[in-house]
Formats: sequence, C-alpha cells, structure tokens
Amino acid sequence: MDIAELLNTSVEALSTNKTRTFLATLGIVIGIAAVISLVSLGQASQKQIANQIQSLGSNLLTIMPGAQRSGNVREALGSSTSLTDEDAKAIFSSSQVTTVKNVSPEYSWRAQVVAGRNNTNTQIIGITSAYAEVKKIGISSGSFVTQREVESMAKVAVLGPQVVTDLFGEGFVPVGETIRINGQAFRVIGITASKGGTGFQNQDDIVLIPLTTAQKIIFGATNLTSISVEAKDENSMSLAQNQIGYLLLARHHLTNPSSADFSILSQSDILSTASSVTGTFTTLLSGIAAISLVVGGIGIMNIMLVTVVERTREIGLRKALGAQKKIITTQFLLESIILTSAGGILGMLLGILTSFIITHFMSLPFTISFASIALAIGVSGVIGVIFGWYPAHKAANMQPIEALRYE
Amino acid sequence: MIKISHISKIYKNDSIETRALDDVSFEIKDGEFVAIIGPSGSGKSTLMHILGALDVPTLGKYTLDDEEVEKMSEDELADVRNRKIGFVFQSYNLLPRTTALKNVILPMVYAGIEQRERIARAERLLKMVGLEDRMDHTSSQLSGGQMQRVAIARALALTPSMLLADEPTGNLASVQAEEIMDIFTKLNKEGHTVIIVTHEPGVAVRAKRTIALKDGKIVEDKKNGHSGTSKHLS
Repeated sequence: MDIAELLNTSVEALSTNKTRTFLATLGIVIGIAAVISLVSLGQASQKQIANQIQSLGSNLLTIMPGAQRSGNVREALGSSTSLTDEDAKAIFSSSQVTTVKNVSPEYSWRAQVVAGRNNTNTQIIGITSAYAEVKKIGISSGSFVTQREVESMAKVAVLGPQVVTDLFGEGFVPVGETIRINGQAFRVIGITASKGGTGFQNQDDIVLIPLTTAQKIIFGATNLTSISVEAKDENSMSLAQNQIGYLLLARHHLTNPSSADFSILSQSDILSTASSVTGTFTTLLSGIAAISLVVGGIGIMNIMLVTVVERTREIGLRKALGAQKKIITTQFLLESIILTSAGGILGMLLGILTSFIITHFMSLPFTISFASIALAIGVSGVIGVIFGWYPAHKAANMQPIEALRYE
Repeated sequence: MIKISHISKIYKNDSIETRALDDVSFEIKDGEFVAIIGPSGSGKSTLMHILGALDVPTLGKYTLDDEEVEKMSEDELADVRNRKIGFVFQSYNLLPRTTALKNVILPMVYAGIEQRERIARAERLLKMVGLEDRMDHTSSQLSGGQMQRVAIARALALTPSMLLADEPTGNLASVQAEEIMDIFTKLNKEGHTVIIVTHEPGVAVRAKRTIALKDGKIVEDKKNGHSGTSKHLS
C-alpha cells in the first residue's frame, strides 16, 4: 500500500466535512498561535532589554554599595552608605588602577518633579560632568552640567526627553524654565538626546543635577549610590573589575573579598540577570499556552472517535477487501496528523501575525525564532500521533462482519 | 477448490450456546455455480462469513486452495480475502463519494498492484460489466443495478478463486436482478467459481447446484436439472 494513495484517501475523507475539520483543528491553531506569539514576545522584550543595556556602552562597569547588615537582616543591594566621593576619586587617580578611562560618581533617588501645574515621578541623578561621557549621553538642546556648576553646587537641571514631555508637553524646549525637586527650584539648562526605549532602565526618563547639589543641599549626605566606570576598552573589563575590587577592599580595610561591602557589575552581568527574569516569564507563559495544545489534542481525539464510528461500514468494507490492520491504523493516524499539522501551520501563521502586530504597536523589536516554529510544527505532528493513535487502533481492531452489518 | 469439513460455529451468550452451524461438510470444485439457500436463522450468513474468511469456525477445517483458513491470523485472513475472494454484497457496499473506477481499484491498492496496471484492469472490468461510460460517476450518481455491477467488477479485480455473493439481487427490481444474474451466469461459463447466498428460489434455480441449510445443518445438496442459463441472455 503506497503512502500517496493513503494520503489521498485521508485528504478526501477530511474534505467531505469541511466545517467539522476546521473546528477540530481550531484548538491546535489557537494553541500553536499562543505558543509562538508568547515566545516571540518574550524574546522581543529580552532583545529590547539587551539593546537598552548595550546602548550604555559595553565597557561600562557599575559599582554599587553592598547591602546594609543590621544583625542578621540583610537589606537590599545598594542600601549601605559605604561608597564615597573619595572612593570615586581614588579609582580615577590610583596608580593601581590602570584600565580606567573615566569615573562618574552618582547619587540617585526617585522623586516627584514639579513644573507649574504638572508633575511627574522620575529618577533624579546627582552627577559630575563625567557622566555624559561614561553613559554616552548626548545633548539635544542647551548644555550639560559643567564642572564649575558641580563645584558651586548650582541648582541647575538637565532633563531627559520623557520628562520634558511629561512636564511641558511634547515638542516644547523648556531651557530656562524652572522645575521643583524636593521643594527646591532648579533652572533647566539642557535636554538630553533621546536614547529610545520604554520601561526598564529608561534612559530618557531622568533628571540630572550636579552631584554636590544632590548630596549637600538636598540630602546632606556624603556617600554615593553608585559609581559608573568607563574602562579603556572591552578587553580590559575583567582586569578593571579586579583592580577596582582590590583598591576598594583596601580602602574599606577589608581583607576577605567575600565580605566586600560593594559589588562591581559589568553590563553583561546586568544583562544576564535581566535575561533570566524575562526568560522565566517566557517559559511560564509558554507552559500555559502548551496546556491549550493538550486541550486541542483532546478535541482532535474526540472528532477522530466520532469519525471512526461514523465510518464503521467503510472500515468493514476495507477490511473485507483485504486491508490489513496496519493499513487501517495508518489511514486514520494520517488523518489526525494532517488535521494537527494543518492546525500547526495555520497556528504558526496566526502566531507570527499576532506577534508582529503586538511588537509593532509596543515598538518592540520583532523576532521570530526558527526554533519555535520548528517546535510548533513538530509538536502539532506529535499531538496528531498521540491523540490519533487510540481512534486509529479502535478502527483497526473492528471485526469486519460486525462493521459490515453496522447501520 | 473449497473443502469444508465438520464445521461448527458456536456463539455463547449469557451461558446459552447457539449452534449457528452444526457439523457441516461439503466440497466445491473450481468452476461450480452454487446457491446456498435457507430461511433466515438457518446459518447461511454464518456459512457465508466463514467461506469469505470474514470469520473462523469454532470447530472443523476449512481448506481453500490448499490453505488452511481456520488457523490464520487476522492479517493473514485479510490477505486471503484480498487475493482469493470476490465479495458482492446485498447493499453494494461501494465507497461513498468515490468514482466507480476508484471503487474497482481499491482491492488492487491493498494488493500492492502498480498504479498504471490497476487503472488498466479496472477500466477493462468496468467495460466488461457494461459501465464504460460511467467510470467517473460517483456511487450516488449510479442506479442500484449499476452499483451492483461496479461491485462485481471490484470482486473480479484480483481474479479470485471464488465470487461470493450475499443476496446480490435483494435490493434490486426484477429486470435489474435478471441482468445481474446474467452476469454471474456468464462469469461462471467463463470458468469462475460462483457462490450465491440467497433466500429467493428464483435466484437459486439459476445455479447448477443448491445447498439448502436449516437450523445450521445441510438438509439438501443437489444438482439442478437445467443448465442455469437464462432465456433473457442476449
């Protein structure tokens, strides 16, 4: 018995009741579409995060103070006040550290920013003039914070484009306007160039003010919330990490690296953490979508069982004319595999379309991995075999006399 | 050559034993034209199922062309049905929504005959039963008599050892029934073994030999007096 003849028979059988065939595959279509679009969205947001982090430059190191320990309670990373201006200066000027190009000490917090009647909650960062170079920030209008403004504790602010939109409306250039942060009036001196992107670590939703102003006028603090370091090049990243690590250990009078009260993260460290978070979400969502595939498979089995009963006489005739068990089994298995594979292909197209539309409107990068397509089609075929086997087996084991007599 | 010796078929239902066939023996030589007759419940359907390798006897031996059918597995029985038996059923049993040609091709597909050969054979057989202009008609576009002719063509597809017909004229008007019986008579003259299971005496007289069953036993096995040809034969 040649497979072409069997295929032909199966396709003819399926095309006699098109509505039923379509409804039977719908479960698989939806399941596969859900898996493909969710995986695609997960990958898109992962790529988005990667792009944002990479936009900061691949030779960027971030030094965070360690967690505050009070007794046995360990608080969040960055909660201790162990990093100081002197640490930042030492990293820049120490002869032990040979791989550093630029150092940007930072003091950041979230606050409500007010301009006239509008206000927004955003990230305020106290910086020095080194920040622009280290974080690759450009200026679209006005000027950046100067060394003189840092030394004089000037109340000036550089706004990110998102903050400008939130406070003044899109397209307005508020250079010279006044905003209020923590009750203090700041004059807007510049606007940063947009880096694009939304959500996580949005480089456009920031307000930059001189570091000294933040520390002394607003908080009366001397510590730093982070130090950003630009290494000479990508290859010296790990050497820079080591040199800075030993320098800070010595400065903090610590001998054991495991008791360090700071941590030094490279962009790839941050990237892998962020990826693992979105990766977990993607897996979870795909898992839920996969359950819908099982439900779709049960639908296929149900329809195949009905088909087998409906075609009892046909099965009896085929057996009387000499069809062996394996031929009947193959015929019905092929039918269910065609059903699920067609559903898989339709679902794949629907999934690609869905994720294209969603990524388009969320301005995420559109990605479809070949692996998820191959998996979806493979899985739908396997579902056809698993859920088609029992009905096919039932058909093959019919007794020809009883099947011929069936009314 | 069909050899049935001491065959019994016993059905057990809630500890009640029913002997559908009770120690039946006979031989049918190649080229015979046999009618198996009897009232309903006489066991003629059961005998037909066993002769057609659709079922196996509880007791006894059935030898078909030196093959011991009663010992065969399900798949071996399927193979015997495919190669040696040409079925013609009362309700035609053609595949619905399928052309006459494809219906005749079906057993040849299971026999693994190459595509060009099976189409040529099917066309030849349909011509022989007078349906050369109906080959591409589906079952639903054919009359009862035409469907039964397709069924006969299908039964002949693999040149079987016997044509086994179960009430082949039961659903047909008398003119069409005559035509179908003429075809069987003609095929028998050409050397085919024909076995017809029927309860109609008018059909049975066309055969050369009649085996009469009652309550699962053979009550009569006689040669018919006349030649079996029809006056209507053209």
